[in-house]
Amino acid sequence: MHSVNRSDVEDFLFAEADLLDQWRLPEWLTLFTDDAKYEVPCTDLPPGASPDSNLFYIADDRTRLGERVKRLMKRTAHAEFPHSKTSRIVGNVRIRSRTEDEIEVTCVFQTLRTKDGTTDLYFGSSNYRLAIDGDTFKIREKRCLLGSEGLRPSGRISIVL
Amino acid sequence: MSADNAEPALLVDPAQRIFKVARRNFVDREIFEAEKERLFDRCWLYLGHSSELPKPGDFITRSVAGRNILFARDSKQRLRALLNTCPHRGAQVCRERKGNAKSFQCFYHGWTFSADGKLRGQPGEDSYPEDFKARSTSNMQPVPRYESYRDFNFISFDPDIVPLEQYLGNAKEYLDVICDQTEAGMSIVAGSQEYSIRANWKLLTENSIDGYHAVTTHASYFDILMNTTDNMSAGTGGGFGYDLGGGHAVLEYGAPWGRPVAQWIPGWGEAGKTEIARQYDNLVALYGKERADRIALKNRNLFIFPNLVVNDIMALTVRTYFPMAPDYMVINAWALAPNDETAWARKYRLNNFLEFLGPGGFATPDDAEALEHCQRGFKNSKEALWNDISKGMGKDKPSHNDELQMRAFWTQWNRLMFPTPVPSIKDVAA
Repeated sequence: MHSVNRSDVEDFLFAEADLLDQWRLPEWLTLFTDDAKYEVPCTDLPPGASPDSNLFYIADDRTRLGERVKRLMKRTAHAEFPHSKTSRIVGNVRIRSRTEDEIEVTCVFQTLRTKDGTTDLYFGSSNYRLAIDGDTFKIREKRCLLGSEGLRPSGRISIVL
Repeated sequence: MSADNAEPALLVDPAQRIFKVARRNFVDREIFEAEKERLFDRCWLYLGHSSELPKPGDFITRSVAGRNILFARDSKQRLRALLNTCPHRGAQVCRERKGNAKSFQCFYHGWTFSADGKLRGQPGEDSYPEDFKARSTSNMQPVPRYESYRDFNFISFDPDIVPLEQYLGNAKEYLDVICDQTEAGMSIVAGSQEYSIRANWKLLTENSIDGYHAVTTHASYFDILMNTTDNMSAGTGGGFGYDLGGGHAVLEYGAPWGRPVAQWIPGWGEAGKTEIARQYDNLVALYGKERADRIALKNRNLFIFPNLVVNDIMALTVRTYFPMAPDYMVINAWALAPNDETAWARKYRLNNFLEFLGPGGFATPDDAEALEHCQRGFKNSKEALWNDISKGMGKDKPSHNDELQMRAFWTQWNRLMFPTPVPSIKDVAA
């Protein structure tokens, strides 16, 4: 890959958001490395907290992320049946550091979810570790730091942020 | 008002095995208002766990039944529960969620208080009488009643309520079984799950002690569990529901999931096997095999009236919740864990917790969805009047997936809400 610049990263993150908005979750899952992590800490924890010793909302390794996707595609994932509609905006994308084969990226997100006549907003910032993979990236780590105090009134994270 | 009208809130006829709950109880604004006065102002309510305030000066602000509470450990190590309002003109004194402080200053006029609530000083002291600071009315007010049992701290707004241990009654023994997982004491793990459900709070009471819904509501969770437990061969074997009196209830049962104290599953590998065996042997040494088996292998969903749930299941969770409107509640949930567990055990405990529990887990979102759809269904409550919770009525020993637990809750709810049973209707519950 040529020297990575911000628009490369933006293209990738916008494409990721688009896959999620379209509920193409199995395809979205292929964006992750085999050792990937997807994490959403509780909002009263410091941003660098470890899920091994702190209670999170979500702390998936690649295996559980796979289970999450499999589950969400079933009718028995009742909270998301029928599927909610979502609209994600990703912005303020910045490359924070880079090595030969990996970059660290931060961005902000605003995700609207609507179902059964109710619309909720999820917002905050995301920290990504992206592995450089030929002409594109793979997600090694995605940590979403909610900007809200707790999950009120949205109540739950039944979608992927 | 309909909280006092002649329509029964419950229909109960043991002979015909009928137990029905009026759906009006979940939607009526006057019932909602009456619950504040007749339940939430009259019961012991969970405030927090002693481990959340390890050091002198540690504090947490928390909302309990609509009040702002300052929960703090004073300089003499004593825990205090104060009404978080300035005795001067009413402003909230502490505006931070948690921290450590030598004193608390109200930012409005600068009155300063120590963690025991005593007024330490105020600007313009010479304009007040000399004994002003010595007057108890100059201090932040403690909650009317505050007591704790095995580090579970409760408050009550009823100055005349019975002592906490008497109130807990038979539920105490189950708290003991849970706290006896270790001799080293228990702590709340950092990180609070704070969420909400657009449903009546009593639906979460029912759901928390409902062994009947798991197979259908949580089908997708059990699909996943199959992969880690060798197709659910371990630890199943049913169980029972118990009415503990006073509205408290519990389920105690075997289940296929791994328990950090102490039921091993193949998904935890050999390292886990050694650790779980160590935990189990320790319990046998402490309490003998019978009690060790109960602590280690049985699951408990313990409900303490009116709004505390302690689930000792694939992890240990403490959950309390409050109505904000007839169709909206807020929930606070924490993970509790033995102080002496290894890093491995802590990691797997939290891993287990998140798989099933909480608003990002594989089960709780589906519970919330079910509760919200009940609330939607209750829009038909003028025509479709009743819920049925009769499952297992008349059995000598109702199973954990019967509905005895819910009947225990509703009977106490009815007793407190309607102390004088409506006389004209013969089959209204006591």
